Formats: sequence, structure tokens, C-alpha cells
Amino acid sequence: MLRLERRPEASHLMSYASPLIAIGLMLVGGLLLFTLLGKNPLEGFKVFFINPISDWYGVSELLLKATPLMLIAVGLAVGFRANVWNIGAEGQLIVGGITASAVALYFQESEGVHVLILMVLAGGLGGMLWAAIPAFLKTRFNTNEILVSLMLVYVAQLLVSWLVHGPMMDPDGFNFPQSRMFEDSALLPLLSEGNRLNLAFIFALAALLVGYVFMYRSFTGFQMQVAGFAKNAARYAGFSAKRMVWIGLLSGGAMAGLAGMAEVAGPMGQITEHVSSNYGFAAIIVAFVARLNPVGIFFASLLMALLYLGGEQAQQYMNLPSSISNVFQGMLLLFLLGSDVFINYRLRWKEAVA
Amino acid sequence: MDTLSAILFATIVAGTPLIIVALGQLIAEKSGVLNLGAEGMMAMGAIAGFAITHHSGSPWLGVLAGMAAGALMSFLFAIVVLTLMGNQVATGLALSILGVGLSAFIGKPYESEILPTIGPIRIPLLADIPIIGDPLFNQQALVYLSWLLFAAIAWFLYRSRPGLVLRALGESPTSAHSIGYPVIRIRYLATLFGGAMAGVGGAFLSVFYTPLWVEGMVAGRGWIAIALVVFATWRPLRVIVGAYLFGGVMVAQLFVQGSGLGVNIPSQFLSALPYLATIIVLVIISRDQNTVRLNAPVSLGQPYRPEA
Amino acid sequence: MTSATDGAPAFRLELEGITKIYPSVIANEDVSLKVEQGEIHAVLGENGAGKSTLMKMIYGVAKPDAGQMKWEGELVHVENPAHARSLGIGMVFQHFSLFETLNVVENVALALPGNPELAQLAAQITEVSNRYGLPVDPERLVHALSVGERQRVEIIRCLLQNPRLLIMDEPTSVLTPQAVRKLFDTLRQLAAEGCSILYISHKLDEIQELCHVATVLRDGKVTGDCIPSQETPQSMASLMIGKELPVPEHDAPSELREVRLKLNRLSKPSEDPFGTELRNIEFELRSGEILGIAGVSGNGQQELLYALSGEELVSDPDSVVICGHPSGCDMPDRRRRNGMGFVPEERLGRGAVPRMSLTENALLTAHPADMLNHGMIRFDRISAFARNCIDDFNVKCGGEEHAANSLSGGNLQKFIMGREILLAPKLLVVAQPTWGVDVGAAAFIRQRLIDLRDEGTAILVISEELEELFEVSDRIAVIADGRLSPAKQLADTDIDEIGVWMSGMWDQPATAELDAHA
Repeated sequence: MLRLERRPEASHLMSYASPLIAIGLMLVGGLLLFTLLGKNPLEGFKVFFINPISDWYGVSELLLKATPLMLIAVGLAVGFRANVWNIGAEGQLIVGGITASAVALYFQESEGVHVLILMVLAGGLGGMLWAAIPAFLKTRFNTNEILVSLMLVYVAQLLVSWLVHGPMMDPDGFNFPQSRMFEDSALLPLLSEGNRLNLAFIFALAALLVGYVFMYRSFTGFQMQVAGFAKNAARYAGFSAKRMVWIGLLSGGAMAGLAGMAEVAGPMGQITEHVSSNYGFAAIIVAFVARLNPVGIFFASLLMALLYLGGEQAQQYMNLPSSISNVFQGMLLLFLLGSDVFINYRLRWKEAVA
Repeated sequence: MDTLSAILFATIVAGTPLIIVALGQLIAEKSGVLNLGAEGMMAMGAIAGFAITHHSGSPWLGVLAGMAAGALMSFLFAIVVLTLMGNQVATGLALSILGVGLSAFIGKPYESEILPTIGPIRIPLLADIPIIGDPLFNQQALVYLSWLLFAAIAWFLYRSRPGLVLRALGESPTSAHSIGYPVIRIRYLATLFGGAMAGVGGAFLSVFYTPLWVEGMVAGRGWIAIALVVFATWRPLRVIVGAYLFGGVMVAQLFVQGSGLGVNIPSQFLSALPYLATIIVLVIISRDQNTVRLNAPVSLGQPYRPEA
Repeated sequence: MTSATDGAPAFRLELEGITKIYPSVIANEDVSLKVEQGEIHAVLGENGAGKSTLMKMIYGVAKPDAGQMKWEGELVHVENPAHARSLGIGMVFQHFSLFETLNVVENVALALPGNPELAQLAAQITEVSNRYGLPVDPERLVHALSVGERQRVEIIRCLLQNPRLLIMDEPTSVLTPQAVRKLFDTLRQLAAEGCSILYISHKLDEIQELCHVATVLRDGKVTGDCIPSQETPQSMASLMIGKELPVPEHDAPSELREVRLKLNRLSKPSEDPFGTELRNIEFELRSGEILGIAGVSGNGQQELLYALSGEELVSDPDSVVICGHPSGCDMPDRRRRNGMGFVPEERLGRGAVPRMSLTENALLTAHPADMLNHGMIRFDRISAFARNCIDDFNVKCGGEEHAANSLSGGNLQKFIMGREILLAPKLLVVAQPTWGVDVGAAAFIRQRLIDLRDEGTAILVISEELEELFEVSDRIAVIADGRLSPAKQLADTDIDEIGVWMSGMWDQPATAELDAHA
């Protein structure tokens, strides 16, 4: 009979191998899914995973999609390491998009770089504001941050819906629920001609670097990791739990808000009801698959972005709903969590005692 | 039907899926398993229920299909969490994301379909009571079923021996194991029940309540149901009260807008009420930590592996 | 009609060549033992010698990898505890297998087959409890019971099934000396009625007093069988640990200097709904002395430790004064900066982070010792500190980069103790310094505490092991039901007096006098 047996010490090898196993299982699952749908699995694989990045433009789109994922995932990872479960990044992204758009629309007539700087600040602060609600309720009333941050996603979606149907609606927009297009001064500069990749990608790389130093070199980062591994040890050492809740939620909120700003001031150039394409949730998966490590987040974001692009391609060329991306994402995370068992356990063939 | 009866009627209908899902979650949580995947399981239950009803013409087959879909999803969860000892919070999230995504994927071809409306079942005599008779006793079959479910679960938990075992196990799986109870097997069963009920709740939405399929139609009800269990401090009767409270908040907007009370509130603000109400309710219940701590199953969310 | 006297009288229980291997350790190797009916059979060994694992296999909680077990002459494989109970085996666990939120009857019912009627069961419980002198109220919730009462519930639960073998795993560690005597009376009565008893312990005096025969385990193997009444504690100890019992050197304290810890009528409701409320606790602890606090577990030790360490705060800052600083509202790190060190009872998960390296675990409390530079960690300094601690305290480990959970309990305790001591505290609070630690490490730790005292540190030791407190303390006090007794000089008291005090009766004579005057 096959049995799981505890390893004497956690396996480092497996903690790196397990995401790869999960990716492998996801691919197998994907091939099965294509087969079940009566599609040629190899064809599906090609459309999904190869075609999107077969030219430079495709790669630039991949980086563009990965940008908000990197930003949000690194922000969330800071909190996740301390078991602060902010799963409302989607809402924080929306609010960051709203506040940044408000600045852009207010300064419509202005030229100059101050518009963008203010938008960055407004986006980050907007996301932080939204994340401060669960942080406040958690520290003050011990309210579960998972449920509160998640409920606020729905509220944020309704908020942006109201705004683009009302106060922020383009007066000359034939009643479409969207804002005016932003002026050039409110758009993030492109990194090169011929594609849509913009300055936000540099922000994301910087955020990964700062995140890395914070998590692995700073004492506060260490304190948060202690709290995540052993709550009572953090309490014993006198690390303030409330401070960690605040840092964890605010960093996630700020990064999500910045990602929202990057969306409205980047590829969208305006605000609509669909500020986010589920980036807030996909980033949670990114953070887990990356083992909450900024280097891992870089690669996991690329993978996740590829799933987004693959979904669009599958819709276009294989007539499959684009939500197939979410199916892949969910599978990936589930497989990862399952294969993580082998970090601390190994399989052993054990015969029953005669 | 006068306005009061109509409000009452709509409240009860809106609260019913919450009751079913939350009672299922309550059983799973009593065994110590926290499954945050309710939203995904409901979504899968909704699409499975809708599709099967659409093809077979039988809403009851649809409900069964929803139940099976929810149970299947929770089985996935159980494998990862109970056999492979994955993190319950993260796995629940993954299940939600997977369920919502997969349901949207499967549901694409059904988006323009509509099911025939299913009429209420009238209970003679009782339905003739003024004001409350009609809303309470001229209702959807699943409404009556939700009451039966409540009675059965209350009896199970507090009057039956398996219920006693379940409560004991949620408090201390180690003790339960050392006096010989199969902890993991019982947790599997409780988790599957929770999933099955989430599936039924989802099917109720798509087959009886709307009755149509739209991507994202569960709209956070799975999460609200999880919050409801906390609010109810893991007691079945308070689940019912809470569910109808939320049902009331959900239907409030329809009546505020339809009543011409003269207030011009954007519909989005009214739609946000159930979510805000959830937050407020959580704050109220969490303020007193001891209430939650005394009632929450002690081992909730903790992985457990018996030594062999 | 068959007769029990047919053939040779079989042993009630025979184990032959039992072996149990865990991934990192061999818990039992080729263990054999025989238990006759009506015999009280001791299984003696140090913490970690494999006693509990062996008992769990007899009771069906764990399964042996090799060897066989005979029950009343028949070969059996115990599938699970229910099977064991149906055979007639009952077990009282060291860490009770009770459910706090359920009442006594429900707890008992859960271990019985079928679906017993609760009212009837309550009557049976009362009957058994009267017969064996184990008073307990069937309707009470378990969390409201004292530790001694909980043990009674466990015993009654076994007795209701008329066991022919009762396994008692370290039953006296939670009892006062007086309660131990009562328990022994019950066990003798049971044995006289023909029930065999397997008595697991590492306490030599108890085994000598109670048991007919003893099997000694060391490192999972049987090192000998003996008849305790014919042995001396020294001879049994050498079987148990392979050498003589080391005794730390302990002179009287040289001179007492300033007060390092002062509690002023400390009162505090417990944050745990099942906890104990602290009531008016007062004492002073001076530089260069060790104050021991004895007590049965669950009488407020946890709460007192939380209040001292700062893991829970109290409303009045003056009720806890650490090295002259009113500290009741200070967080633990603040109290450390004022000179306090603290070694908690739980090592993994509180005193140390299981998955982190020893270096990182050193950082946990050593960070104020110039380990940071503008908020960044100075890894070179902290790993030097960890290496120093490993060397100075003989911590056996693969190196400072290995995770805390790869160390044995004794070595991890030495590491934590070393970390706190190397920070040169003016005041050290230690909970259960040698709980679950092997004898060698325990002696080492006790000696280091005494040395530290001689260097002028004020030390508070809270322990449930009376012998340990009598070994290291200069003064001793007792905590019972959240109140603290006056502290007595070691020379002015003895184990019997402290034992009486452990049931909260230090002011009893005074009350008696009052009564006499009335």
C-alpha cells in the first residue's frame, strides 16, 4: 500500500520542483480538456502556449499583461508571508484606477509631468485606502480580512460602474459607460515604438527588487515571516501583530492601486467598467506559485500572462470562451497546493504487517 | 399579494440559497474543515443544474446535477486538503477561482437560454393565513426543503451520536483519533456534504430563482454564506435568521426602486448593500472575540494527519 | 462448561519482538514484555525512550512494523482503539483525549460502543466513581474541570468497559502528591480485583511504591526487568539512563542585591475563555536568587507567564515592575530591553520557529544586541552569535543553518536557553526548563541556571516537577487557582508541605484558628 511518510527535514529540492510539477500537471490537464472538447490537443497547445509569443509584438504584450500581475503579486506576497490574507486586490486595483482617473480628468487641460506623478500617487493611495478598511477592521475589531477585503471587491465594482455611468462619464460619449480618453500628459510613456509596453513595466521590476530586499534582508520582513510561520513565536518575541496586518494589507493595496493606475494610464487610456481583467485574483495565484518569492513572481507572472494571451487566442482561433484562462489558472494553483505535500512528505511503499 | 407579503415572499426566496449553502458549510466547519471555495462550488452547481434542467426538462434532475457538481468540487478540495494536507485557505481560494472560471467556460453556450418558470407549491390551509400565509406556505419546493434541512441538521448535531462525534472531532481531532474515530474519513464526508449543499444552492439560483444562466451570477453569495456561518456562531437557527436578514437586504433595492419612495439612489449603491451588510455583521460579531472563540470549532482550518 | 483453569494460566498480555520505526528514529526495537493478571507492571524509561509509542501500539493507535502481541494467550492484531477496548484494554493518556466543550457524560459516551442512553450512563458514571473513590459530576463541561478531575474522567471512561488491562501513561505528572496517593489506592483496588495495569513513568519513587515488576526501556530497547521493591533508586536509574544520576552543585546564594522583579497585586482575567484568572499575585525577586513556583498545571502558570513576558498586557503598569521599570503595559521586546530574558514552555512554535534556521531563531530575540543596521539584518553577526550559542551550550545539531525542528527537544531547549543567557539578562524567567528533556541535558540546564544565579541574575523558575524545583530553587512558592502562596526558604519547607499547598491550602491553618475563635 502506498503511504505518505514524513521526511525528517523539509526537502529544498521539492519546494522548487513542486511548482514545475504543478505546471506539468496543468499542461496535461489542458491537453485532456482540449481532447474532451473535440479539439486537436496539440493544435490547442500551440494556439494557447506558442502562438501568443511567436513574435516580438507578442512578447511585448506578454510583458504588458505580466506588469500588473508582478506589481500586485509582490505587494500581496509581503502580507501573505505573515498570513495576512488580502484577497481583495481586485477591488484595490479598481479604486486605484478610479483615483488615478480622477486626477487625469481633473488635469485634462494641463501639460507636464506632474499629472503622471500625481496619478501614480493617487493610484497607490486609492488602493491603500481600500485596503485600509479591512486592516482597520482587523486590528480594531478582529474582523476576518479575507471576507472583508473580498466583499469590498464587489463594492468597488459597483462604485466604478456608478462613476462611469454618472460623474465620470464622457459627456460626448453617446452615453457609453466610459470616461473621456486621457490626454497624452496622463498616459505612461511607451518604452519603444510599435508596441504598448510602457513605463509601468519598469515600476514592476523595481517593485520586485524592493520587495526582495524587504523580504529577505530587512528586519521587518523577517518579523513578518516569523508571524507567518509561527504566530506564537512572533508574539513571544514581541513583534506587533497589528503592525504586520497594516503593512501586509497596505503594501498589497498600494501595489494593486498602482496596477490600476497603470491600466488606465496605459493600455486603456480611459476608465471603464472593466478596469481589471481579474488581475487581482490571478495575482494571488502568481504569489502562491512563486512561493511568495519576488524572483519566482517574475516568472510566474509571465506564465500567468501567457495563460491570459492563450485564452484570447483560443477564443479567436478555436472558438473557445476566453474563460478557459481561469480554468487553467485554477488548475495550476490546485495542483501546486496538492504537490506541495511532497516538500514535507515522501511516498513509501509499505506492506501491511504480517 | 400586498407589498408586505411580496417583500416577505421575495426575502424568503432570496435567503433560501444562503441557508442551504451555509448549513452545508456549517457541517464541514464543525468537522474542522474551512472550505473557502463555496463561491466556486455554487457556480458549478448553478451551471450544472441549469444545463441538465435545460436538456432533460426536469428541474429536479437539475438540482441533483448541481448537488453532484458541488460534491465533486469539494472532493477535489478534500483530496488536496485532507489527503495531501494543503493549506485550507489557499486551496479554498483556488477552488473558488477554478469553479467560477470553469462554470463560465462550460456555461458559454447557455447564456441566451431561459428555463420555464417553476410555480410555487401551495400548502392548503396554512397558505390561507393572512399576510404571512402566502409568503411562507405558497413557496418553491426548495424553500420547504431548506426548512427540512435545518431541522435535520439541528437534530443531527445536537441529538444524534454521529453529530456528537462530528462536534468532538472538530474540537480535537487528536483526541478523536486516539479514542479510535477515523478523523480523515469523517472530514471527507462532512466536506462532501458541504460541497453538495453549495451545489444545490447554486442550482436553486439558476433553475428556480432567476431562472437563467449568466456568468458570475452567484455574485458573492458563496462568500456571504461563509460569513453567515461566522455570524451565526456555528448555530443552525442563527443561520436561518441571518440568511433571511441578508435576503431582506438583497430584495430591498427592488422595492426601494419600484416603490417610488421619491428617493433617487443610484442602483449601484443599493446593490452594494448586501456586501456592506456582510462587513457590518462581521464587525459586530467579531468585536467580542470570546463569542467567536467559544463557538468556533477549535481545529477549524488546521491540517491534521494521524500518526500511523 | 469451559473453565478458565484449563491448561496453563496464560499471561494477560505478551509482547514479542515489537519494533516500530519512524522516518528519523527507531522508537522501539525488539521489545518483549509479559504482564500477568492482577499485576501492576511498570514501564520505566526517560522521555523519548519509546514508552508512549509502545503503549499506543498495544492500544491500536499506532501499528508495529514487526513483532507480535498475544492477548490472553491468543495472537492478536489490534486494528484500532475500538478493537482494543473490545478486547478489554483501556488507556488513560498523558495528554488527555477529552473534548473540552462537551460534558463528562458525552465524553464518556464517545468512547463506548453503540449508542448509550445518556441519563443511564450518568447513573453508571456516578456508581463507578463512588466505588473507586473518583468523585466527578457527570453533567459538568470538561473545560470547567481541574486537571485531576479530568484524569478521573479518563479513568472512569476506561473502567465502565470493565477492562482487564489498564494502561496509565505518566498519570501523576498532573497531580499533587496527595492526589497521587489516592490514585495509587484506586489502582491497587483495581489490581486486587484482577485487572492488570501497565504503569508508564519515569519517576522511580512512585514505581517503587506501587509496582510489582518493572520493564526498563532505553533508546527504544529493553535494558532490563526488575522487581522495584528489591532495587534502589540508583540501581534503577542506572538501568534507565546507563549511568548514575547527576546532581547539580548548589550552594546557598551569596548575597542578595537589588529587586529585579516585583509584582504588586497582579490581577488579570484570562484571555482564554477556559483559562484561570490571576488574583492579587505579589512577590519580589532579587539579584542572585532563584525563586521556584510550583503548582499543578492549569492553575494560572500560563497566565502568569504571559503577564510576565508581555505576551499579554495588564491594565496597571505598576503591577509588574521589571528592573525598576513599571512594565505591565510594555510589549515583550520592551521588557527585554529593560533586562528580561524568557524561556517559554513550548519550544517549537513559541520559543523557536520550527521551519527557520538556528541563525534566524537567534535573531528572534537577539536583535537588539547590535544585529541590525538601519533596519537591515547583519547576517554575519547573527550567525556568529548562533554559532557561539551552539558551542557554549553543547547543542548537538548539523550547524547553525539547520532548521529548529531538526533538533531533539533537549538540544533545542539548550539552544533557546543559551540564546537567552548569552544576552546577559538581569532577570530570567524560565518555564518548565527540563520538560521532556533527557537526564543529561536536564542536569546541564539546571547547572547553567545555578551558575547564572551566581553571576547575579535574578531567576524565576515555574515548573510542575517538584523534584526539579527542590534541586535549583533558593525559595519556593506555590500557585493554585490563580493565587500565589508566600515564598518559603527551601530549608524551611519540604515536599509534603508544598504538596498540601498545591491544592491551595496555605492559609488553611489561619482559617482554622479563626474558626476556633468564633
